[in-house]
Amino acid sequence: MTESTYRIRGATGDWEVVIGLEVHAQVTSNAKLFSGAATAFGAEPNTQVSLVDAAMPGMLPTPNRECIRQAVRTGMAIDAVINKWSRFDRKNYFYADLPQGYQISQLYHPLVGEGVVEIVLDEKDPNSVPKAIGVERIHVEQDAGKLMHDQHPTRSYVDLNRSGVALMEIVSRPDMRSPAEAGAYLSKLRTILRYVGSCDGNMDQGSMRADVNVSVRRPGEEFGTRTETKNVNSVRFVMAAIEYEANRQVAVIEDGGRIVQETRLFDPDKGVTRSMRSKEDAHDYRYFPDPDLLPLELDDAFLEECRASLPELPDAKRKRYEGELGLSAYNAAVLTAEVETARWFEALLAECGSDVPAKSAANWLISDLYGALNRLGKTIGDSPVSPAQGAELLKLVADGTLSGTLSKQVFEIMLETGQGANAIVEERGLKQTSDTGAIEAVIAEVMEKNADKVADYRGGKDKLFGFFVGQTMKAMGGKANPGVVNDLLKKALG
Amino acid sequence: MSNLTDLGVAAIRDGVRGGEFSARDVADAFIDAVAAAKPLNAFLVETPDHALAAAKVADDARAAGETLKPLAGVPIGMKDLFCTRGVETTAASGILKGFVPQYESTVSGNLWNAGAGMLGKLNLDQFAMGSSNETSAFGNVISPWRRPGDTAPLAPGGSSGGSSAAIAARLCPAATGTDTGGSIRQPAAFVGITGIKPTYGRCSRYGVVAFASSLDQAGPMAHDVRDCAIMLEAMAGFDPKDATSLDLPVPAWEAGLNADLRGKRVGIPKEYRVDGMPAEIEALWQQGIDWLKDAGAEIVEVSLPHTKYALPAYYIIAPAEASSNLARYDGVRYGQRVLPDGAGLQDMYAATRAAGFGDEVKRRIMIGTYVLSAGFYDAYYTQAQKVRTLIARDFEQAFEQCDVLLTPTAPSAAFVLGEKSADPIAMYLNDVFTVPSSLAGLPAMSVPGGVDKDGLPLGLQVIGKPLDEQGVLNAGLALEQRAGFVARAEKWW
Repeated sequence: MTESTYRIRGATGDWEVVIGLEVHAQVTSNAKLFSGAATAFGAEPNTQVSLVDAAMPGMLPTPNRECIRQAVRTGMAIDAVINKWSRFDRKNYFYADLPQGYQISQLYHPLVGEGVVEIVLDEKDPNSVPKAIGVERIHVEQDAGKLMHDQHPTRSYVDLNRSGVALMEIVSRPDMRSPAEAGAYLSKLRTILRYVGSCDGNMDQGSMRADVNVSVRRPGEEFGTRTETKNVNSVRFVMAAIEYEANRQVAVIEDGGRIVQETRLFDPDKGVTRSMRSKEDAHDYRYFPDPDLLPLELDDAFLEECRASLPELPDAKRKRYEGELGLSAYNAAVLTAEVETARWFEALLAECGSDVPAKSAANWLISDLYGALNRLGKTIGDSPVSPAQGAELLKLVADGTLSGTLSKQVFEIMLETGQGANAIVEERGLKQTSDTGAIEAVIAEVMEKNADKVADYRGGKDKLFGFFVGQTMKAMGGKANPGVVNDLLKKALG
Repeated sequence: MSNLTDLGVAAIRDGVRGGEFSARDVADAFIDAVAAAKPLNAFLVETPDHALAAAKVADDARAAGETLKPLAGVPIGMKDLFCTRGVETTAASGILKGFVPQYESTVSGNLWNAGAGMLGKLNLDQFAMGSSNETSAFGNVISPWRRPGDTAPLAPGGSSGGSSAAIAARLCPAATGTDTGGSIRQPAAFVGITGIKPTYGRCSRYGVVAFASSLDQAGPMAHDVRDCAIMLEAMAGFDPKDATSLDLPVPAWEAGLNADLRGKRVGIPKEYRVDGMPAEIEALWQQGIDWLKDAGAEIVEVSLPHTKYALPAYYIIAPAEASSNLARYDGVRYGQRVLPDGAGLQDMYAATRAAGFGDEVKRRIMIGTYVLSAGFYDAYYTQAQKVRTLIARDFEQAFEQCDVLLTPTAPSAAFVLGEKSADPIAMYLNDVFTVPSSLAGLPAMSVPGGVDKDGLPLGLQVIGKPLDEQGVLNAGLALEQRAGFVARAEKWW
C-alpha cells in the first residue's frame, strides 16, 4: 500500500486526491483546560461553567496539568517530538459562543511536534502493507460554547458547558491519497487515543471531529488548491465528504473552473459539501502570545511519568498476540482494534491461567461471545458475561467436562440466566461423561438392540460406525465424551 | 486627638491597638469626610457599611483581648478596577455600569483578611486608560490641590486618580492602585502622596479588571513610605489563580525599613534628562541626589540607552493586549447591552461597544487591533517586544553598577483638567519616566519631594531590582525623611 491506486476518473483523465486531516479530540479530564469547571457530557446547559469560562471581568486562566499531561502522552503514543517549551496564543474573534472574545490556542509553539501514525487499509489482511501518515503537530486549545437556535422564535441561547474544555488539535501531513486511507487514519488515531485514555473518541458526542483538507491533482504533479470541510464527525462521513469533494473539484477543474481556497460544510443527510466562507472573508485572528499565561516548560520528571504511564499500544499488542500467543493475524487484529476488546481478552486470559490455550480463548471471544453480543445488540463493554464467567466455561471445555456442543448450550443458559457455567452443569446434569463403565454398559445395550447391524458392520459395512456413535450418544443424552465413545465402540465392535 | 482623618495607616493601626481611639471612631470620621467631598468625585460607590463592619470586628477583637490583625481598624479606598463581591464594579466604564461581581479580587480579599474595611470604590480613568482621570465615564476626579488664587480644576493624575485625590484630601488613609505604565506613581506625584508598584507578579491580578495583562500590577497608595510597606505586605502574595503570580513569600517590608543607605549605590540614568523638562523638576532631581548622598549612598551615572523607545513600545504592547482583553465586553453575558431593533449579533456587538466604551478606550482598542493585524504584526508587536527585551536588559546592566535608580516621577506637576485631553500624545508623554520600569516589571515608587512655583507637589521616583521592594522602600524613606514634605491641599470642597 505504499502507492495508492485510488483515482478519480475524470473526463480528461485520472486525478489523484490529496488529503490532510485536522482532528479535534476532546481531552479526557475532569476539569477544563484553564478552569476547574467540570466537563460532563450531556449536563443541563450552563451547569458546567466557572467564572473563568464565562469570561467574567478580571478572571484569569490557569493551565490544568492533567490536560497537558494527556496531550503529551498522546504525542508520545505517536512517537512525536515533545516540545519541552511551548506557549499559548490568543486567537481573536467575536462570536456569542466565545465569551473571552478569543480562543486560547497554540499557533507559534505547539506542545507536540512531528509524529507518525501507521495505518493498514485492511487490518485483517496479513498481506496489507502498512503506510505511515505524518502528523505535523498536536497543540492544545480551548473549545467554544454552543449556540442553541431552537429554544425561542427570535433569540438564540448560549450554552457554555463546552466553553473552555480542552481539545487536542492533531494536524496530519497531506499524506493520505484516498477516502479509505483517511478513514483508516482516523480509525487508527481514535484507537490510539482510546488506548492512551486521552480522549474517549465518542464521535457522535462530538468529542472527536475532523476538519478535512482535500485537493486534487494529476498523479505526481504539484498539489492543487485545497478546501477545508469543517467539523465532520464520523469516519463514514469523512470518507463521504472526501469522495464528494474530490469529485466536485475534478468537475470544476474539468469544466474550466478554478478551485477556490475556502471553508466548507458537510451535509450528512445529502452527502454533499457546501461553501461556508472563502479565504477573502477569512478572519484576521490577530494571534499573539497570551499575556495571562507563562510559557509551558516541561521537566524531565514530568515527561518520564508521562512515558511510564503509557499502556501497551495497539500495534505492539497486535504483534505480541501474533508472536507470543500464536494468534492468527485476523484474530490479533480483531482483538486489538478496540481497547475494550483487548482489555476484556486479557482479563479472560488472566482468569483462564494456563488451563486454556490463548487460541481457544480468542476463538471463543470472537465467534461465540461476539456472536451473542451482536444478537443481543450489546457491546463488549456491557457484556452480560464477565471475563471470569467466560474463563469458567472455557476451563470446563479444556478439562473435557464439556464438549463443544455442550459448551454452546451452557453459554446460552449463561446468557439467559446469568448463572455460572459450573452451576449450570451441576444443576442440569450437562456434564460430559468419560466414565468408561457407564459408556460400555450403554454400548452393550445398543449392540444388543441392533444385533443385525453389528453383524453387518463386522461383515464390512464400516459406514455403520457412525450409526453406533449416534445411538450411543443419544442414549447418553449427549453427555458422553465423544472421544471415549469412539474408542470404546471400536473396541467393542472389534 | 486632633483629627482622625489626618492619620495614616500606621498611626491608625497603632492607635486602635493602643486604645487611643476606637476603630468605629476612625471609620465614622472617614465616612463623614467621604460624604462631604462629593465635589472631588473621587468615589464612585460609597460603602460605609463595609467600613463599619470591619471596624466592629476590630473593636470587638480588642475588647475580647485578641491579637489584632495587621490592618485592623484601618478603612481604605478601593480602586474600582478591583472586583468586590456584592459591590458594583465598573472600571469607570459605561459598559460595566450596574455590574456587581459575585466574587472578590485576591488583593481586596487579602486586605479584608488583614482586617481592613472599605470606604468605597474609587474613580479612575476608564479601564485604567489615561493619565488625568478624564476618561472616566462617570465624570473626572478633581484634585484637591489648586494653584494659588486660581479655582481651575487640576488633574489628580491617572489612572488611579480617585485613589490619589481621596488620600490627598484625607478621605481615606490609604487606597489600592494599579499601575500599567505609571498609574500609581504619576497620580501619587501629582497630589503629594506616596505610591509603590511592586515587582510584576507580587500582587495577584485575579479579579482585577484587565487592561494590559503583562504590565498590570496592583500596589498601594498612602501618605508615606511606612504606610505603603504595611499595605503592600497585606496585598501581596502568591495566588494559584493567577498564572503569572510569583510563588515567593512576602517579606516583612515594614520591619525591614531602614533609611541608612551607606554602602548603597544610586544610579542616575542620563537618558532621563529629557528636552523641555521644567527647571524645577531638574532641580528637584538634583535635590533628591543630594538627599540620598546625605543618607550615605554613592551616586553613579548609568545609561539606559533604549529609554527613548520605551513609550512607543508601551503604546503598542499595552493597546494590543487591551484590544484582546476588552473583547469580552460584548453585551452577551453582563454589563451594558444595546440591541437595536432587528439587530443581529454583529449589530449588537457594534452598538453595545460603541455606546459602552469611551473615546480613549476605543482609540486603544483600534490601535491594538491594528498592531496585531496580519501584515502589521511583525512591524509593530514583534518589534515592540524586542524593544521590551532591550529595555529590560538596559536595567539589568545598570543594576550591575547600582542598587536603585533615582528619577523624577513625571515630567510636570499636575495640569489643568482639559489642558491635554485634546492631544493624546501630550497625555501619553506623562508616562515617559514611569513606563520603562513597567515594561521591565520592576518595583518602582513615587515619593513627594517638593513643590513647584505654584506650590503644586512634585514626585521623585525610585526604581529597584526585581523583587527588591525593600531597597526601593528604604531609598524612598531616606528621601521622605529629608524632603520633610508637609504641604497639603487647602480644603475648598
